[in-house]
Amino acid sequence: MSLSVRIIPFLLLSSEGLVKTVAFKNRKYVGDPINCVRIFNTKEVDELIILDIDATAEKREPYFDIIADIVSEAFMPVGYGGGVSKIQDFDRLFNIGIDKVVVNTLFYENPKLITEAINKFGGQSIVLSLDVKKDIFGRQRLVSHCGWKIQKLKLEHALAMADEMGFGEVVLNAIHRDGTMSGYDLELVASVNGRLNMPVVALGGAAGPDDFARAMNLGVSGVGAGSAFVFQGPKRAVLISYPSREEIVNLLGD
Amino acid sequence: MRDEVIIVDYDCGNTGSVINMLKFLGKKSKLSSNPEDLYEARWIILPGVGKFDSAITSLINRGLSEALLSVASQKKTPIMGICLGMQVMCKSSEEGILDGLGLIEAEVKKFPMSFDATLKVPHMGWNSVRIKNQGSIFSGLKDPRFYFVHSFYVDCFQKGDIIGETEYGSRFVSAFQKDNIVGVQFHPEKSHSYGVEVFRNFLGLL
Repeated sequence: MSLSVRIIPFLLLSSEGLVKTVAFKNRKYVGDPINCVRIFNTKEVDELIILDIDATAEKREPYFDIIADIVSEAFMPVGYGGGVSKIQDFDRLFNIGIDKVVVNTLFYENPKLITEAINKFGGQSIVLSLDVKKDIFGRQRLVSHCGWKIQKLKLEHALAMADEMGFGEVVLNAIHRDGTMSGYDLELVASVNGRLNMPVVALGGAAGPDDFARAMNLGVSGVGAGSAFVFQGPKRAVLISYPSREEIVNLLGD
Repeated sequence: MRDEVIIVDYDCGNTGSVINMLKFLGKKSKLSSNPEDLYEARWIILPGVGKFDSAITSLINRGLSEALLSVASQKKTPIMGICLGMQVMCKSSEEGILDGLGLIEAEVKKFPMSFDATLKVPHMGWNSVRIKNQGSIFSGLKDPRFYFVHSFYVDCFQKGDIIGETEYGSRFVSAFQKDNIVGVQFHPEKSHSYGVEVFRNFLGLL
């Protein structure tokens, strides 16, 4: 057996608790963050990533107390993103027990601060979330600020920049698939994964194990999902689930 | 001697999770950069994330390396190095030019990229550990898997010190144990029930 592809629930934190979106909009309430994380912990998930989707827009700092509560009983790697704007924010998050800080808006607005963080904490603990939006004409653009701000930077330049800056990992988030449960944008995943020597996590659109398997076949290091882990059935009833060890072993084929 | 775990604080690590784990196990712990605490400690955990040379420099500057060497040999205090903490216990590293603590006959090497071009570095994620010595901190565990994040790996000179091995491109030492000296390349504090067992076994070493 070798290194397993990680199966990663992405949880969206907002001022009202955990939510799930469709194309970064249409929020649906999922539950209390601490309860949800406790359930994921008992299911022994590979890793968790928590993204505060309101922090940047509200210009506030991360909810450090809630994050501290969340990680105090989470014996797995936990990533956090949202509202990180100063080197002290990185410091506080790592001291609390967060393993990875996920950045997005900061990458476009203050890459110097990210470089400082990478030098101080090591690239392995800083993750770049590249949010990609495809419009109805098939034009692909990078966006920030939780999806509403279009960036001029081209994807290939962003990848070169990510490589040069020394990020430990890239989360490739296809917003046009977010919450749709219609499968990953595999074309996008394949093109990005082939161009980077660092781990890539596919995100956006997965409905379940079949989609995970398709992305795994492209050689990604991790497969992420939101809806697939929190909704059940056509009416999208909230029910937290995660594949069992046996299902995962079958999926990975070892 | 206090019934307390000292977690060495040398500005090189994510200590919050180790503290959380010990709390979960009902063990008192203290984060300390004071060498005096190491002389009093019943167990010592040396965490670590960062670079080899800056870790060693920080340990020397705070008088911690001297204290660690002393309690390791004189008092036989159980010491567990995690990740970079494991690597600084070795004699040297390809990541730096400074000498390591030399608590174990081993050196640290960089993953050979030429071996397999598709191999991504850091080695990050869950991997299995082949247990070489069941009577170690792996006691009671069968086919365990642990969470790893590292770009350098340990190579032991004395094969008998190896208690666990992992495959990534090639086989490397994911855990060593020599009497009271324990090193793990993975993060037991981030490895669910497998990690909990490793901590339990370590705390059983006296």
